[in-house]
Amino acid sequence: MELPIYLDNNATTPLDPRVLEAMLPYFTNKFGNAASRNHAFGWVAEEAVDYAREQVAKLIGCTEKEIIFTSGATEADNLGIKGVYEMYQDKGNHIITLTTEHKAVLDTCKHLEKAGAKVTYLAVKEDGLVDLAELEAAMTEQTILVTIMYGNNEIGVIQPVKEISAIAHKFGALFMTDATQAVGKVPVDVNADGIDLMAFSAHKMYGPKGVGVLYVRRKNPRVKVTAQMDGGGHERGMRSGTLNVPGIVGLGKACELCRLEMDSEAARLSALRDKLQNGLTVLEESYVNGNTEHRLPHVTNISFKYVEGEGLMMAMKDLAVSSGSACTSASLEPSYVLKNLGLSDDLAHSSIRFGLGRFTTEEEIDYAIENTKNAVNHLRNLSPLWEMFKEGIDLSKIEWAEH
Amino acid sequence: MAYSEKVMEHYTNPRNVGTLNKDSKSVGTGLVGAPECGDVMRLQIEVDENNVITDAKFKTFGCGSAIASSSLATEWLKGKTVDEAMTIDNMDIVEELALPPVKIHCSVLAEDAIKSAINDYRVKNGMEPIELAKSHH
Repeated sequence: MELPIYLDNNATTPLDPRVLEAMLPYFTNKFGNAASRNHAFGWVAEEAVDYAREQVAKLIGCTEKEIIFTSGATEADNLGIKGVYEMYQDKGNHIITLTTEHKAVLDTCKHLEKAGAKVTYLAVKEDGLVDLAELEAAMTEQTILVTIMYGNNEIGVIQPVKEISAIAHKFGALFMTDATQAVGKVPVDVNADGIDLMAFSAHKMYGPKGVGVLYVRRKNPRVKVTAQMDGGGHERGMRSGTLNVPGIVGLGKACELCRLEMDSEAARLSALRDKLQNGLTVLEESYVNGNTEHRLPHVTNISFKYVEGEGLMMAMKDLAVSSGSACTSASLEPSYVLKNLGLSDDLAHSSIRFGLGRFTTEEEIDYAIENTKNAVNHLRNLSPLWEMFKEGIDLSKIEWAEH
Repeated sequence: MAYSEKVMEHYTNPRNVGTLNKDSKSVGTGLVGAPECGDVMRLQIEVDENNVITDAKFKTFGCGSAIASSSLATEWLKGKTVDEAMTIDNMDIVEELALPPVKIHCSVLAEDAIKSAINDYRVKNGMEPIELAKSHH
């Protein structure tokens, strides 16, 4: 076992060696521009891109023509939301999303508000899931788009996308989902789930960084987005720019591997994740954040009360994890996702996200459990709050000198 | 962010962790910060009849820099007179631990904790609390 152990697979995943192997020729011998229609170099590149498109389409149950390659999920979110807003302006200007979305969605919506959009940011329930009745109540005749993520990046909860899309469609709106954390990990089927647009990226599923997808439905209904990048009219005019052929080849291979290995891998990961979670929640005053039933198989987010997340991560020095603690961000604000679950700031500060992946072993999980438990105990011995808690002092009754 | 070696050293081997009897007249206790803000420091001093700090203890809820700042503060306090302790400046801590700008608030909190502990001791012993400059965070 090599240290440190990588348990931050929601941030990014390592490239699978099989993916790298598939990509390599497209950096060197097969370097052609997929848009060069007049010679063999271009044809070879185009063929590789077409094949990758099939591999991607097969994973999410769509046709090849519905795949728009982008530089990543952030660009796909931007293109999908801004593109729909501009294309469907005549129909309405109302967008519905969640407060717990990724910044790529939230900030895109904020941008559109300045341009005249009306955006509803729905709060989530305590378990992180959308309240379907509230969603339905928020729908209006002006609603053109409902954009709600598939799986959350911090707590891993999976939204009821089928029900959400049914509500959106009932009111004649489109349904878009940022499925960056879900595609490749759990079965995502654009038809069964009623998805009209979907953003995801390669580097969360053992593919390379810098390549992603916007899925755009072509039938029932035919969805159109206004291009956000002008140029050569690539990707059916929706996203200009020379295609990143090696990246796209890698994405395709990554999708294929995820499709073939998903069932066994999800079962393996959820067993390891549960082992980790059970091993850590034996600690007093530890709380799992978010719904644990509707959750991605490889994530758990746990708050260890009375210790601060960044301090804790320092003690977990052989583990690469992440925290909702403010100290880990430039803003000094703790995670807005956790705060939106109704978590108090101190519990948000005390949270650690563990993200397992394809290369995580049981030996690593055993080590992680011991390392984390020792770190929590070490820091609780240093914590005045833990001492006060143990003495039975009600911390909420203390007048803290807020700073 | 990478931590300086000195922060790591204090964090790994914190000095003077513990609790003094807060009800004793010779002990001053400072509790500063707030759980909502992600850091709380409790710093205690024990003062003898010559106004010398004979012991200092801390417990801190916070990031590595906050723990290191309070650990360093207890080290510096021991053996100083109360008047000398008043002159400890947060920038001395910043310099000693090579704290980056985003962690300066940890040193400020440590300075606040020192002053708050001294004032607790003063008030307990019939002295006026020292007027503190409004903390800078």
